[in-house]
Amino acid sequence: MTGNDKASSPPTVAERGSSAAIAVDHLVKVYKQTRAVDDISFSLPRGSITGLLGGNGAGKTTTIAMIMGLVLPTSGRVQVLGHRMPEESAAVLGRMNFESPYVDMPMRLTVRQNLTVFGKLYAVKDVSDRIARLADELDLTEFIDRANGKLSAGQKTRVALAKALINQPELLLLDEPTASLDPDTADWVRAHMERYRKENNATILLASHNMLEVERLCDRVIIMKRGRIEDDDTPEAIMARYNRTTLEEVFLDVARGRVNGAKEAAR
Amino acid sequence: MTELSLHGGISIHRIGAMILRYWYLLMSSWPRLLELLYWPALQVITWGFLQLYIAENANFFARAGGTLIGAVILWDILFRGQLGFSISFLEEMWARNIGNLMMSPLKPIEFLLSLMIMSMIRLAIGVIPMTLLALFLFHFNVYALGLPLIAFFCNLIFTSWAVGIFVSGLVLRNGLGAESIVWTLMFAIMPLACVYYPVSVLPAWLQYVAWSLPPTYVFEGMRTLLIEHTFRTDLMLSALAINAVLLVASFGAFLALLRSAKKHGSLLSSGE
Repeated sequence: MTGNDKASSPPTVAERGSSAAIAVDHLVKVYKQTRAVDDISFSLPRGSITGLLGGNGAGKTTTIAMIMGLVLPTSGRVQVLGHRMPEESAAVLGRMNFESPYVDMPMRLTVRQNLTVFGKLYAVKDVSDRIARLADELDLTEFIDRANGKLSAGQKTRVALAKALINQPELLLLDEPTASLDPDTADWVRAHMERYRKENNATILLASHNMLEVERLCDRVIIMKRGRIEDDDTPEAIMARYNRTTLEEVFLDVARGRVNGAKEAAR
Repeated sequence: MTELSLHGGISIHRIGAMILRYWYLLMSSWPRLLELLYWPALQVITWGFLQLYIAENANFFARAGGTLIGAVILWDILFRGQLGFSISFLEEMWARNIGNLMMSPLKPIEFLLSLMIMSMIRLAIGVIPMTLLALFLFHFNVYALGLPLIAFFCNLIFTSWAVGIFVSGLVLRNGLGAESIVWTLMFAIMPLACVYYPVSVLPAWLQYVAWSLPPTYVFEGMRTLLIEHTFRTDLMLSALAINAVLLVASFGAFLALLRSAKKHGSLLSSGE
């Protein structure tokens, strides 16, 4: 290998990991006979919003779960905020947070009680003050002392988002964050996420089936299919490559295996 | 939740946060509180009357006053101690909150310590009124056992935690389909721990199994204390040594099962 070759070769996960918010390197997850995630690599710069797209079973949730340390990879490496996961998770778990449809907040506890518990778990300095600010920003005040189980789906989603923001995370992992919201509330939540990223230079990784949401929020899109990365670029570049005007059309091309035809038509 | 790491030490604040979470839950649900009182009270009343009846009709039990009701109270410390631990854990599974905790900075050891403290709190709510009932209805004062009671209590609660930690790991790995183990495992120990009869009743080969269980030493020690008025320190020290091994083994098993759950993706689907 010449010096030039070395200079032009892609950086290793360790090199990328130190500056990137997330660096994923040849990640594989096999469940018995199923390759849920099949040799994927990407890195997300700090302060970016990236959309993870793909149909059901594409491997989005497993990928996010491996980044969080909830699922152990079969092979490959993950670095989060410069630390290897899950080995060094103690150094980063307090600096990140997540929202997912696979978890709930305790139903019998009020919104305030739930946020208090999580605030203390994340060692938030002035928990009451932080809760008051989140209640104001996410419009929770009206039901802050109501049991979580008595909230509407939309209200629960806002509470889950408040929990995800309780520690002002540098890295936010969101799995279908607006799935159960009406269009008005969903739009309002997106605006809040955009503002949060801007004000805190936070990195957001967002798994979603809502293409408009991804187009609006994300400066980069990773499309997954059957555990592999099918495409990875800005929304505009991907739409141009497939000769499509919306990400939804691109998604359908990928999902229905019309990828090559669409790319050739674009050429 | 970081798996094995003790990096940054154990946080009292995080343990406190978890206790606060369970306290909020207990205070929000009167059926949960009532249940803590109901079963121990029912136990002591039923067995207390049986003890009275037997004492009137059997010479041995007339001499050994309190062995039956004492056994009931100590068994309840063991059983309720484990349930208090495991139910707090199950609350997280039922609420689908385990993923939130696993993703938080809470460490397994902190989680388990908070469950241990909650088992003591739940036990106190259930068993203290039970002992008072025994005192007023049947004139059996368990506190009159004095210092030995502390030794009995510590050994029983350590065993209950060891069992609680192990079954919690099983549920974490296998989901709520394994929930029945939480409720039944302690009953498998009951006949071997010789709660209501001496170890000598068992066949010789089964006695070896019985002596491998710390509660056997406690119940044998209680009978010796009540019948012969002798406190067997050797029995308590043996129980303590076995408990130390059981606690370390159960913590190791919990971490192994947690790791296996992460390997198999069980934490994402904590249902049945």
